[in-house]
Amino acid sequence: MELVKGITAGNIRSIARAVSIIENNMEGKEELLDELHPHTGNAVVWGITGPPGAGKSTLADKLIQKERDRGKKVAVIAVDPSSPFTGGSLLGDRLRMQTHATDPGVFIRSMASRGHLGGISTAAFDAVKIFDAAGYDTIMVETIGVGQTEVEIIELSDIVMLVLVPGMGDEIQAMKAGVMEIGDIFVINKSDREGAERLKAEVEYVLMISEKPEESPQKTICMTSARDNTGIEELYEILQSKYKEDLESGFLTEKRKRRLTKELSNLFYIKTREFLEEQLSVQAQMDSWIEGIYKKEIKPYKFISEKMKELTKEYVKG
Amino acid sequence: MERKTRIEIAKPGLDGHDRGAKYIARALKDAGYEVIYTGIRQTPESIVATAIQEDVDFVGLSLLSGAHNELFPRVVELLKAEGADDIIVFGGGVIPEEDVESLTKKGIQAIFRPGTPISAVIDFIESKKKTTAA
Ligand code: B12
Ligand SMILES: Nc1nc2c(ncn2[C@@H]2O[C@H](COP(=O)(O)OP(=O)(O)OP(=O)(O)O)[C@@H](O)[C@H]2O)c(=O)[nH]1
Ligand SMILES: [Mg+2]
Repeated sequence: MELVKGITAGNIRSIARAVSIIENNMEGKEELLDELHPHTGNAVVWGITGPPGAGKSTLADKLIQKERDRGKKVAVIAVDPSSPFTGGSLLGDRLRMQTHATDPGVFIRSMASRGHLGGISTAAFDAVKIFDAAGYDTIMVETIGVGQTEVEIIELSDIVMLVLVPGMGDEIQAMKAGVMEIGDIFVINKSDREGAERLKAEVEYVLMISEKPEESPQKTICMTSARDNTGIEELYEILQSKYKEDLESGFLTEKRKRRLTKELSNLFYIKTREFLEEQLSVQAQMDSWIEGIYKKEIKPYKFISEKMKELTKEYVKG
Repeated sequence: MERKTRIEIAKPGLDGHDRGAKYIARALKDAGYEVIYTGIRQTPESIVATAIQEDVDFVGLSLLSGAHNELFPRVVELLKAEGADDIIVFGGGVIPEEDVESLTKKGIQAIFRPGTPISAVIDFIESKKKTTAA
């Protein structure tokens, strides 16, 4: 594939096109990803999550600089929400990183979450592979920071930064143990503001009561002000040492295999579902089935097991 | 699946009037497009680099300072130099009527001056957008 050659050679236009192909589920997507697969596995993926406005993009901007100072190539995938009503999206993360726009060692791509249909999960997962194959050393993924995406970002990243800001102490309390599973590193941003120390104490407390040290490596807290560029060096050091630690302990390999497991089961699920729906002409018949169930003429479980029998018979026959 | 139309809205040069650009960006979002807003003080180079990385279909430029005659055509030239002249460039802002023709000749496909309704902008995009999943 011509496109694959372009991507592995680091051609910007090829990479950009490829991301559009996977984002729009266009023809050639599966072949493209298969062809890229052998070229992947070299990049480190950092997830950046946290509530809206916490400073995720500003932080990414500063971390890009740190990586660039060390000669690393960086890609950023910045996700913003799509409107559930119009499908439109205002992608504003990039605005904070625009000083790097003309740096050939930096590639920033904005992505709309596109509801559940396009699936931010799959599109972002696949975009990571494209940048990985294109030779970017570090790939940062910024989430929209609410709900489902937080679970997905753990699956997608080697290291997750959860960005918190002063003034959300109550939310921490509410999240309790749940929040601990999200971040590997807790970044308390906007530490130039009042209440940062209090938030830090709060996070330490929640960590203390919920940490199970035998299960996962130690979590770290870091205070930053992305605006004033303070604490960034410390955060960067933590990212480096955490990566090294996880690599040496085998934790990272385990994590990456878990990611592959998840992806493959997901593919199985999607493909079998598509296959079944086609075999049983689900779309064409759904209305009449529902009519029957609604009128109590059909018993739902009996109906399903008959359908499954029908299907297995088909399958065994031939 | 239909390809989503992506539009970059950018302000080249030192002009700080960003109300119009923000208004257009938000209105296009509400019309269902994916809009990348890059903020003020962009160079033609950063606008073009962004357009390519983001794989946009359109670049919409906004200027109220009077520098449109230099900066708008520069964006078109740079896109061409990058082999990305399939990206459609249009613009708006405080632009005298008499400049419109020469800008159009230089590849800026439409100019929207103060007071133009957003529907005119949407009609323009709809008439030019790629319809096939290319
Ligand atoms: C508000 C305003 C300001 C605000 C700006 C606030 C902000 N953040 O935007 C402030 C007070 C800060 C300001 C400052 C200055 N301003 Co002033 N300002 C205006 C004013 C009164 C209105 C602009 C505005 O916001 N309009 C509302 C928006 C919604 O309209 P719009 O931007 O025109 O956008 C519409 C269309 O043009 C079009 N459009 C615009 N962009 C795009 C892009 C695309 C892709 C599309 C499709 C359409 C499109 O669609 C929009 C909706 O219809 C204009 C006069 C005027 N009537 O235009 C002067 C004006 C633009 N300013 C002017 C000047 C000179 C200045 C200053 C240099 C000093 C001064 N004399 O005040 C400074 C410079 C600031 C800077 N850093 O650049 C001059 C520019 C002269 C010129 N072009 O030669 C103007 C024209 C006033 C004048 N007649 O002298 N200004
Ligand atoms: N005081 C202060 N403000 C900051 C800091 N970091 C970011 N900000 C400001 O916070 C606002 C939001 O910053 P972003 O970087 O866009 O935050 P975000 O988390 O990416 O926002 P979304 O992507 O919209 O969720 C901007 O106005 C920033 O300038 C900080 O350390 N201190
Ligand atoms: Mg952001």
